Amino acid sequence: MIEFKMPSLGADMDEGTLVEWQVAPGDAVRRGQVVAVVDTAKAAVEIECWQEGRVFELLIQPGAKVPVGTPIATLLEAGESPETAPRRPVTAAAPQPATPKAAAAAPAAAPAASGPSSRPRISPAARRRAAELGLDPATLSGTGPQGSVTLADVEAAAAAKPAAQPATAPERHAAMRQAIAAAMSRSKREIPHYYLSETVPLGAALAWLSAHNAELPPEQRLLPGVLLLKAVALALHEYPQLNGFWQDGAFQPGPGIHLGVAVALRQGGLIAPALHDVAAKPLPQLMAELGDLVQRARSYSLRSSELGDATLTVTQLGDQGVDGVFGVIYPAQVALVGVGRIAERPWVEDGKLAVMATAQFSLAADHRASDGHYGARFLAEIRRLLQTPDSL
Amino acid sequence: MDNAQLRDEVFAALQGIAPEVEPDTLRGDRPLRDEVDLDSMDWLRFLAALHHRLGVNIPEADYQQLTTLDALLAYLDQHLAE
Repeated sequence: MIEFKMPSLGADMDEGTLVEWQVAPGDAVRRGQVVAVVDTAKAAVEIECWQEGRVFELLIQPGAKVPVGTPIATLLEAGESPETAPRRPVTAAAPQPATPKAAAAAPAAAPAASGPSSRPRISPAARRRAAELGLDPATLSGTGPQGSVTLADVEAAAAAKPAAQPATAPERHAAMRQAIAAAMSRSKREIPHYYLSETVPLGAALAWLSAHNAELPPEQRLLPGVLLLKAVALALHEYPQLNGFWQDGAFQPGPGIHLGVAVALRQGGLIAPALHDVAAKPLPQLMAELGDLVQRARSYSLRSSELGDATLTVTQLGDQGVDGVFGVIYPAQVALVGVGRIAERPWVEDGKLAVMATAQFSLAADHRASDGHYGARFLAEIRRLLQTPDSL
Repeated sequence: MDNAQLRDEVFAALQGIAPEVEPDTLRGDRPLRDEVDLDSMDWLRFLAALHHRLGVNIPEADYQQLTTLDALLAYLDQHLAE
């Protein structure tokens, strides 16, 4: 039996509200499949399941708000059958609906007692309709023969279901401010930051980009930001102590190079969803994924793996015209890279004054996990990579 | 396509990216990216939407001519006529 729990979608999340189930009892679940939508302070998030199995029971209903780590569904592993698996009580949505309690599957005293009798009697049409509506048949009261659940019962339950609406914009804005406040306060309270910066010449990178984009329609063009992300990811490959988390008093390396990309929302606020495996992906793919990620972040429609997985965050504030940015590390990550505006500036090379496009790269890093010397070499590696854009 | 139709297409493309924009409040002689707070990703999506709606493919080399809404409308009008 697999317990599927309310995932943590970042250091600033304590609890989540179930908006809807996208699976029903009996459904097979593939690794990485979206099984539910959960509303957090920051977004309505599609929750992925990373284990294979068959949905046995849904333990909470839409509208229920539960702490991170609470089991919200159970899955049967290969070889398990509904007849042998123990059942668990269902947490109803708050406020407690009056009707479903009689029909909610009772916790079994012993696995043996939870045989077929506890399976809800439900017509196939009603089961299909319940699945469409995201209702768990086990929570429905039946008015048919022997208390079986009919199509009419499903429709009635759907009509009576307290609507689990995603938060309104002002509510979400206020909640997001609180979430940012909590995460950033924790960061400055717990993380001994050190800061470095380096001016990186970008003439070669921008010339490569212009040539690449010249013949392409806007849909296929690359932004400079994508080259910078790729360079950061490749540099992290060489400097892995900056890629990961400080947890339980020690550095834990990240499971991959997943860059959190800080996205400013049009209504105010900020979210930094993860772009996965950046070092391994070609630039056009990264560009497409970044565009998709930014768009979904702005429409509050992200996936759980995007909110929880980032191993280092990159913030590019150059579009707003600032020369540089020294960021606050997102806990429990151990570093943040900031990039300022790309602009032509005076530049000395080979003893001559020239005009060169440059950008200031900064590193804010956790001094518990790394030292300035290491951080400086990491920034130098980013700079080196950006001088040979063909290699990105 | 007359000027009013062109404006409508451009505003529709813009509102797809920045839904809060009210066309009446935009000042045509000010830098568009400041008026609407478009970052480089928004700008690229805006150009892609114009390409899709109007069939005009604005190359990167022409970006610097297109800082204001008025300049953009004139540019599109000229390229649609070609």
